[in-house]
Amino acid sequence: MNDMYGKGILKGLSVSLKRFFETYLDDLSWIGRRYNTDAGIAHRGSKDARGIFTVQYPEEKIPVPEEFRFIPFLVYNEGPNGEKNLLCTSCGICAKVCPPQCIWIVRSTDPATGRPIPDPAEFYIDADICMNCGLCAEYCPFDAIKMDHDYELAAFGRHIYNKAMLSKPTKYYESIRPENATRENAARAAKLAARTAPTKAD
Amino acid sequence: MDSNELNSPGFDIPPEIKGQIAITSLDRIYNWGRSASVWPLMFGLACCAIEMICTAASRFDLARFGMEIMRPSPRQSDLMIVSGTVTKKMMPTIVRLYNQMPEPKYVLAMGACASGGGPFKEGYNVVSGVDRFIPVDVYVPGCPPTPQALLNGLMKVQEKIRGESIKNSRWYKKGSDLAEIPIPILGPDLIDPRKLDLIKNEAKLQEQA
Amino acid sequence: MTTPAAVQTLDLSTRFPDGATPDARPGYSGWLVDKSRLVEFATALRDEFGYDYLSSVTGVDYLPEGKMEVVYQVYRTTGGSGVMFKVQVPRQDPVEVPSLVSIYPGAEFQEREAWDLLGIKFSGHPDLRRILMWEGFSGFPLRKDWHEPYFEEEAKPYKNRWPDGKIVQAESNNPYADNIAYPPDFSPEAESFDPEKALYDALRKYQKNEIGLNTDHIIVNLGPQHPSTHGVFRVAVMLDGEEIVNLKPVMGYLHRNHEKIGERNTYLMNMPYTDRLDYLASMSNNFGYALAVEKLMGIAPTERADYIRVLMAEMTRISNHLFLIGTLLNDLGAYFTPMLYALEERELILDIFEAVAGSRMMCNYFRFGGVARDFPEGTFQKIKEIFFERLPGKIDEIDRFLSENEIIRSRGVGQGVLTAEDAIRYSVSGPMLRASGIPYDLRRAEPYSIYDRFEFDVCTRKNGDIYDRLMVRFDEIRQSIRIIQQAVKQIPPGPVTSVKPMYQVRVPAGEAYGRVEGPKGELGFYIVSNGKPTPWRYHVRAPSFINLTAFGPMCIGQKVADVVGILGSIDIVLGEVDR
Ligand code: SF4
Ligand code: SF4
Ligand code: SF4
Repeated sequence: MNDMYGKGILKGLSVSLKRFFETYLDDLSWIGRRYNTDAGIAHRGSKDARGIFTVQYPEEKIPVPEEFRFIPFLVYNEGPNGEKNLLCTSCGICAKVCPPQCIWIVRSTDPATGRPIPDPAEFYIDADICMNCGLCAEYCPFDAIKMDHDYELAAFGRHIYNKAMLSKPTKYYESIRPENATRENAARAAKLAARTAPTKAD
Repeated sequence: MDSNELNSPGFDIPPEIKGQIAITSLDRIYNWGRSASVWPLMFGLACCAIEMICTAASRFDLARFGMEIMRPSPRQSDLMIVSGTVTKKMMPTIVRLYNQMPEPKYVLAMGACASGGGPFKEGYNVVSGVDRFIPVDVYVPGCPPTPQALLNGLMKVQEKIRGESIKNSRWYKKGSDLAEIPIPILGPDLIDPRKLDLIKNEAKLQEQA
Repeated sequence: MTTPAAVQTLDLSTRFPDGATPDARPGYSGWLVDKSRLVEFATALRDEFGYDYLSSVTGVDYLPEGKMEVVYQVYRTTGGSGVMFKVQVPRQDPVEVPSLVSIYPGAEFQEREAWDLLGIKFSGHPDLRRILMWEGFSGFPLRKDWHEPYFEEEAKPYKNRWPDGKIVQAESNNPYADNIAYPPDFSPEAESFDPEKALYDALRKYQKNEIGLNTDHIIVNLGPQHPSTHGVFRVAVMLDGEEIVNLKPVMGYLHRNHEKIGERNTYLMNMPYTDRLDYLASMSNNFGYALAVEKLMGIAPTERADYIRVLMAEMTRISNHLFLIGTLLNDLGAYFTPMLYALEERELILDIFEAVAGSRMMCNYFRFGGVARDFPEGTFQKIKEIFFERLPGKIDEIDRFLSENEIIRSRGVGQGVLTAEDAIRYSVSGPMLRASGIPYDLRRAEPYSIYDRFEFDVCTRKNGDIYDRLMVRFDEIRQSIRIIQQAVKQIPPGPVTSVKPMYQVRVPAGEAYGRVEGPKGELGFYIVSNGKPTPWRYHVRAPSFINLTAFGPMCIGQKVADVVGILGSIDIVLGEVDR
């Protein structure tokens, strides 16, 4: 280190200066397309990102990838009269697998026979305990509980979700996780076909 | 801006002050200034704090909301972002920090832990949410909330600020700065001075049993 | 490189014909040492057999057998497998075991932790205080017969969640409607509490400087709320003017009872909890835990899963080091700009994690026998772009930005020196150990997973000061990029899990110690299974916790302003220090 004192500082400053100019260069070469466009946002998160790196939430939002997980929700099929048929059979696996044990399920019983029927009477998730781990969605055998993409949930009170608040339609699920939904639908169809094929045969 | 718009500060005006144009328009200016210059306390507790740092860094840039000045001293800050698990051992410090913040002050509970105990709620050293001790204005769920979720929460804080009025703000009332929260004590377990009677009662009950 | 197990067995049993017997319980290994011979045994291991590195000390409460056990893991810094030895004592208070701090100073904090959480008294320990809980807390939480206020059942899943799961908040079952419980004869007025007294008494025990002026020494507290302590960490320093004469780190402000909760969780449930240990490097934590449990279960991941794991672990290392470089330079005075530059690159890596694992930080990606899912479409391309085209240049840029800066150099070079001998003695691991000149990297010393297939250098520096600890991280990032580039080229197609995904895994009884080279150092998981769905003992050897053992000795004699830099160069993360 017998160099001139201050050389290191200058070298560092040159990096800052380079980045300063890059900001304008990049703005110029992407003029009109850099902000508030999908291509612009993607560019700022790609290998070529240089210059201003900021994504201006809430006007712009970083697109969330398919696997992104936040709070779980329950998927329902809409019936012909607008009723919500939850896919959940209240089998209890998600409640068993949930690490912080923040799922509560009341299984319903048939009022006539008193036997349990595969439909949850109540379903609670305490979102202030939930660790967004996604294990419930991963191990649910009926694809009935899935991880949501909606993260804009800030509120003036605590978050304890009941069945009504958790239910979301199949369409919504297919829109946020198209690849997963296609795969699961195909698997379900295959299973159904396998189950019905032999019965037809005999 | 017509006068009608000026007179609607974004919340229901009680009838007795409906005519007070000066105050409501002043409110708008006052709240606009306050909401655009919220200085958060530089105060990280756990994993959520990392997301808070990311929020302040280049990609999300808190400066766009006038919040880039994170003050390490509670005396200079308006907003406490409780970013992470609140433990019993830390609780006296948090209450002290809160007491030291000048009015008007806001608290944002970031993440499941600060809101309601989070995944570690059952632990013996974990407080079930910071609202057990200090009043919380906005709750942001998530574990951790992504930076965008936090920004959403911060906008909620701004929304709350914009809904307030000089007329009935607690910090202009007499004695508001005296309303300190008693600081918890680290005994055999965390002791909340506000619950001393309950503790004594409970001890009596146990004795009888 | 590895020492054959047979040689060790032979040597140790001839050396200790009495007092040390092989542990014959099924599924267990190592040696059971007589309490009275422990110090002698450890000295011999260190001096005669060359096991100079004490990796982990922890206790296990065998409640049904009425025993407490202390488990030690020692290794050689030249590489190879280690030796595990144990001491068993009856479970009647006082549970007392001789302290090994005089032989392995690295045991200091770990023994304090065992005292704090399990109530094992280490006789001869120089400063046996509680470390994670505060002085005066009632009970030893990790004992199996100690229950916390929110106790529901011994093991998860809890019965009241299903099928009759009326929502009940834990608070409503507690008389105080809060997470608290007091000893039966407790009356808040009769007692006064001073959790700090023991700390200050310990601080005052230092070597008085007899020559020169007789000045008053003052105590200064940094933290727990301090901008430079990287979280809720507290340092109590005793100062003589500007100079530090004694220093005690105070931790536990983020003690989240990871191990107690972990012993109630099923094996799979612990996976997302490990994310929150070192929350800057969740993939590494997943890795270590998965390896330990896989060792117990006797399964191995598929080839592709192995590659994915290595890719993820190395990306984690890079993102962790980037964060460290940013914060350390921040601590050294370069306010926030290097942080912004480093975090930009980190964000790009986090995007990959988010696409693959679903979350930026809490990845929860590894499963026993593989990983949760394969890469989604396009991710592989993105990894290639980032790690082949972008990062190498950007790392050079950040390096050029400040590494030669005169201020950084003068604040870093020669400050906070940790010599190689001390680094080993204090059980320091990871980049810190290598910055002191010891080429000890688990990926080479005892290769796990598929690290033996990659070409990379173990980065070392000579001086062990702050500056070297900064530079060694740059070196490691470059090596990690090298590994990623090789892995990307070699990765085979195929399934990503070798077993059927199950939420309840069968783990045979026994014990396992799995360790990985995490970004912060040696991350170990010690797991004892008794064949039930939940582990009997679940202990984390947290690298940044143990690296802190050397913090005090490094600081003594330095100026108070350097504490911040030295602490920053250790690279602690509180989630892991306090667990
Ligand atoms: S959500 Fe799925 S796992 Fe949970 S009870 Fe319903 S069907 Fe079972
Ligand atoms: S995401 Fe995890 S913590 Fe949340 S409800 Fe599902 S299993 Fe439980
Ligand atoms: S909410 Fe989750 S991420 Fe945030 S501090 Fe708690 S455990 Fe960590």
